[in-house]
Amino acid sequence: MSYVGEIVHGIRTLLTGMAVTGKYFFRARKEIITQQYPDNRDQLRMFERFRGEVVMPHNENNEHRCTGCQACEIACPNGSIEIIWDRKVDEKTGKKKKYIVKHIYHLSMCTMCNLCIIACPTDAIKMAQNFENSVYDRSYLTKVLNKPGSKLMDGIDE
Amino acid sequence: MYDFTPMVEGINRWLHSMMPDAAATFAGWVLVALVYLALFAVMGLVLVLVERKVAAFFQLRLGPNRVGPWGLLQTAADAIKLLLKEPVGTKRADMFLYNLAPFLLIIGAMMALSVIPFAPGLQAFDINIGVFFIAAVSSVGVLGVLIAGWASNNKYSLLGAMRSGAQIISYELSMSLAILTMVLLAGSLQVSQIIEQQRDYWFIFKGHVPAWIAFMIFVIAGTAETNRTPFDLPEAESELGAGFHTEYSGMKFAFFFLSEFVNMFIISAVAVILFFGGWMPLHLDGWTGFNQVMDFIPPIFWFLIKMSVMLFLLMWFRWTFPRLRIDQLLKLEWKYLLPMNLVNLLLMAFIVLMGWHL
Ligand code: SF4
Ligand code: SF4
Repeated sequence: MSYVGEIVHGIRTLLTGMAVTGKYFFRARKEIITQQYPDNRDQLRMFERFRGEVVMPHNENNEHRCTGCQACEIACPNGSIEIIWDRKVDEKTGKKKKYIVKHIYHLSMCTMCNLCIIACPTDAIKMAQNFENSVYDRSYLTKVLNKPGSKLMDGIDE
Repeated sequence: MYDFTPMVEGINRWLHSMMPDAAATFAGWVLVALVYLALFAVMGLVLVLVERKVAAFFQLRLGPNRVGPWGLLQTAADAIKLLLKEPVGTKRADMFLYNLAPFLLIIGAMMALSVIPFAPGLQAFDINIGVFFIAAVSSVGVLGVLIAGWASNNKYSLLGAMRSGAQIISYELSMSLAILTMVLLAGSLQVSQIIEQQRDYWFIFKGHVPAWIAFMIFVIAGTAETNRTPFDLPEAESELGAGFHTEYSGMKFAFFFLSEFVNMFIISAVAVILFFGGWMPLHLDGWTGFNQVMDFIPPIFWFLIKMSVMLFLLMWFRWTFPRLRIDQLLKLEWKYLLPMNLVNLLLMAFIVLMGWHL
């Protein structure tokens, strides 16, 4: 590029940059991204892809979709999930079938990588969006995801 | 109508009627010094706050909003905090130079400030080599930066100071040449006369294209002189800690911090004086009514409006451009700005010679 061409090109690129930031400046009042937490704690909505914690949804009959297949336990890169399982006889079919006793999840070790969610064949677990996870003792961060007395939803198979 | 001269002279007469001449002169000096110190403090506080707010809006943030209404008292609170801080220094630092450096910086800035007219009659020191004086004393500041870096006994400080030296010496050249271009048009170095010359048209209109080029170069060189992004290599917090003022704390740090903003004010003031007519209202040829309306706005407001625009421009630069590398910095000066400046100077001389300016 010629000497003069370089100067003109330089000025043009500078102006392009200034146009971008200038646009931000004059629209700033409408598009402020600062969240004034905790003032707006009640209205605060986290954005869609935010991952805060692994949870297991239960329906109104206290049923979940986890078959105890352990795919999530194997998928987890840092051993945050432990499944304690057993077998019992299914009344309908009369066959022995796996079921979970406890789905133990260590929030303190989880990196929110989402691999367990992808691995789960029955979509039994998902990511929640809460982020207020501070507690006074580390042991509170070890959670049992299946609620006490819950059982597998009908029609879910490995 | 809005001339401050009678007021200033009135105060002067009043002082002289109160005490003997020598004492009155001295009292006058003290008064001026106090006014400038107050101005210095207020300017620092306001500019820091404005900078932080403007920066926040550029980044779609809110900026300080907790202390006082809309965070207006934030910088005052910061200043109190800095006053209360313990001054911690380094071992084996050169204590005398270490303590001297911040004051050198401030003295340079204050001296340059004294020549700036805020409104007709509101000027401390109307020396006949005004703009030359500003260019000269603004380089006292770099001495402060160099001494600070050297005396701190810290390699980051020294690196920052060396960069600052290389940078300011190079860009001083561009700035002086840009000033010279406009002095050619004004035919005087005295600040009050330069402003008087722009009664009908501001120099930016009078000087045609060379004035625009000179303005551009002046703003670039001025940004470099004040060590602001994209020319903030002497501080470069991501590379050098905080550069030359790494080892300073408390009030001495505040001096460095404030002097950046005062220097920014001075650069904007010189740009306003040289290119946009100082406190002169905007006049257009033949629009008598318009001109009268413009005259109605007091000159001090004209000055402040123009200053705000210039300061905003400098802040805009700061929050847009990434920092240059040292070789890019020197290349920009010696390979682009300097030759452009020299050609521009010749062009302006030719225009003035032919009488083509308005
Ligand atoms: S999100 Fe990642 S780290 Fe956390 S439990 Fe699932 S697989 Fe393990
Ligand atoms: S949560 Fe999903 S992957 Fe994990 S054991 Fe239950 S069904 Fe299998």
